[in-house]
Amino acid sequence: MATAKSLLTVPDFALSPRIDQVGVEERAARFTTRSIKKESKLNGLKLVLNMIDLTTLEGKDTDGKVKQLCYKAIHPHDAVPGIPTVAAVCVYPSMVKVAKKALGDSGIRVASVATAFPSGQAPRDVKIRDTRYAVNEGADEIDMVISRGKFHAGEYNFVFDEIAAIKEACGEARLKVILETGELGSFDKVRRASEIAMYAGADFIKTSTGKIQPAATMPVTLVMLEAIRDFYYKTGRMVGMKPAGGISKSKLALHYLVMVKEVLGEDWLNNEWFRFGASSLANDVLMQIVKEHTGLYQSGNYFSVD
Amino acid sequence: MAVTKKKAAPKKSNTVKLKFDTSWNYAPAPESKSAATIHKQYDLFINGEWQKPSGKKYFDTINPATEEKLSEVAMANEADTNKAVTAARNAYEKVWKKMPAKERGKYIFRIARMIQEKARELAVIETLDGGKPIRESRDFDVPTAANHFFYYAGWADKLEYAFPNRQASPLGVAGQIIPWNFPLLMAAWKIAPALATGNTVVLKPAETTPLTALKLAEIIQEADLPPGVVNILTGAGETGASIVNHPGIDKIAFTGSTEVGKLIQRAIAGTNKKATLELGGKAANIIFEDAPIDQAVEGVINGIFFNQGHVCCAGSRLYVQESIAKQVIRKLRDRIETLIVGDPIDKNTDIGAINSKQQLDTIHKYLNIGKKEGAEMYESSCPLPRKGYFCRPTIFTNVAQSSRIAQEEIFGPVLAVLTFRTDDEVIEKANNSPYGLSAGVWTDKGSKIFNMTKRMRAGVVWANTFNKFDPSSPFGGYKESGFGREGGLHGLMPYINLTHQS
Repeated sequence: MATAKSLLTVPDFALSPRIDQVGVEERAARFTTRSIKKESKLNGLKLVLNMIDLTTLEGKDTDGKVKQLCYKAIHPHDAVPGIPTVAAVCVYPSMVKVAKKALGDSGIRVASVATAFPSGQAPRDVKIRDTRYAVNEGADEIDMVISRGKFHAGEYNFVFDEIAAIKEACGEARLKVILETGELGSFDKVRRASEIAMYAGADFIKTSTGKIQPAATMPVTLVMLEAIRDFYYKTGRMVGMKPAGGISKSKLALHYLVMVKEVLGEDWLNNEWFRFGASSLANDVLMQIVKEHTGLYQSGNYFSVD
Repeated sequence: MAVTKKKAAPKKSNTVKLKFDTSWNYAPAPESKSAATIHKQYDLFINGEWQKPSGKKYFDTINPATEEKLSEVAMANEADTNKAVTAARNAYEKVWKKMPAKERGKYIFRIARMIQEKARELAVIETLDGGKPIRESRDFDVPTAANHFFYYAGWADKLEYAFPNRQASPLGVAGQIIPWNFPLLMAAWKIAPALATGNTVVLKPAETTPLTALKLAEIIQEADLPPGVVNILTGAGETGASIVNHPGIDKIAFTGSTEVGKLIQRAIAGTNKKATLELGGKAANIIFEDAPIDQAVEGVINGIFFNQGHVCCAGSRLYVQESIAKQVIRKLRDRIETLIVGDPIDKNTDIGAINSKQQLDTIHKYLNIGKKEGAEMYESSCPLPRKGYFCRPTIFTNVAQSSRIAQEEIFGPVLAVLTFRTDDEVIEKANNSPYGLSAGVWTDKGSKIFNMTKRMRAGVVWANTFNKFDPSSPFGGYKESGFGREGGLHGLMPYINLTHQS
């Protein structure tokens, strides 16, 4: 199956690099001391908005809810000109068709969670069917979850093969692999899971489902960004990063942007390679953008609640 | 406007390069200078008041980032030193020695609190006068200086518990001479333990960075410390010599170059003066192949580029195990590209100005030596400001143990990278230096840490971290890095005589 071109030497994941927790936390804290003012703040905010995967993943999601969210995705805040759209709308497989139709030719992607999201506790064939269904419905991107139980049990080959199988089921759709870092327990394991996902074919690695606390944090994202950098150096292949859950304020999102800028640089500073998985972040970013334009903070009443 | 489509075909891994010259950049974010009052001229702080220098001479202190004059300060001569030592002696005999320890402690606590209250002003002045980034003076120098006073204030009335069954008595008048790399912090390191143990002080700040010590004099005055307990004399080497040679001084505490340290030791030989010397260093920072690499790289960066490398315990010799050398060097080169070199008053600046023209010349001299020795030189591609004294963060690889850049203290943002194969080899090489101030070890293996730290001839050995300071932890050197310890319980010892209680 593998051509000579795509052959990667798969490392022994049990030997993946070790991470020093204190060091990572210190380094992550350092990014937060960057002072982002004036035009760099405005440009940063626009970039953040353009990197958002606007998300609704609820049992009570309906066509109506998804359609409203899609309108918001295309028209975040028409009262102010020059505001970019978000990157994608992220929904359950059953909502992909609705989202696809609502987004039309806006260029905004439809991302769908799949593989028995959020727990991933289903047999592989069910996960594959779940994925194919979402792709057939028109999903541009698939957000899968890894089998954390198997990972903790040390069955790295199982986790690897499953990701590879889902990647195959994705076809043209880009695959984001959710590690659910809040369930992994240490940075060492986050690093190991990141490598398994990347070597198995992930286009993106993603921190969390948003259903488990803690979700995305700066230190955990830093560990993953550094894994992406090392993978890029080894293979020449870029992998995207998506922190998800827990990023609801602009200031924090800008700190993440600083981190991407200083760890991976220019090539990753766009929504093809970096995303925020968030629902409430968009409005806070809009509020800040309007403030940069008018000099005044407006009431939350001026921003649509979706 | 939605997703920017970029097809990323895999590139050959040996050609890929991260681009840190990004389209999204940080706008200037200068800290406001309005918080800081700098007078046009400063006199000498003797006996609790500002006194004109007897020689009527003043010298300029400049901002090394702009080469502009900030102020002029008095040049103290022998007569001034005499006045200051007399004032300190009187204060010692008549007031400070007799005062209940608890009351002495209260004064020191007051100074600590006032440093905290004036933290922003002190940070701005430190940065303007010395060239260090405001991020460091704000987050490190000033808070650590305050902590030092707090810590030693606590000891003032507890010396009997520090030294059970023994009686601790002060020495008398301490002459203290401090360097330009951490002006306020070094003043705190020197003054706090001296006062806590009941000594009085004559302190001389460095010629290029007198302003925060003079600000501290204002704080001391405002704190109502009895006149003469702390005297601050500004000046150059001759002023320092007049303090060292003054017969009324009981103890010398010096932080600075090994060269001057040797002069001091010669000068006080045969006298009754006690001394502590904290001198140069050429710290070995050792990365083993089992280390957490990214955190180690970050630690190496902080170890050498903190305060432009003007740190006596800077990790200026990096030993990397050969199996990971390529990887580590690649990461180091990436990392120096993201260090922001520029105006120290900007809150985003990582590397500020070199402290003086003279120091910049010294660094350039070593850069040339490194090149001539055949080492490979990598420097950041960042632009440098046109005015002021600046130097790009620089890494030399392929350095030999016998190279001068691996042996001599450069005191600038210059890292020498050497490789090794075995534990025994690296211990031997790390100890193969006239200095022995600090060292660092990076490994995931606990047992290796203890083995290494036991065999390393250095006053401080950091494991999986670097440049960590705490007032409760002693600091000082082996060999030509000096003797005596500052900080912690050990830092009280150089300022007391101990007698057995009857």
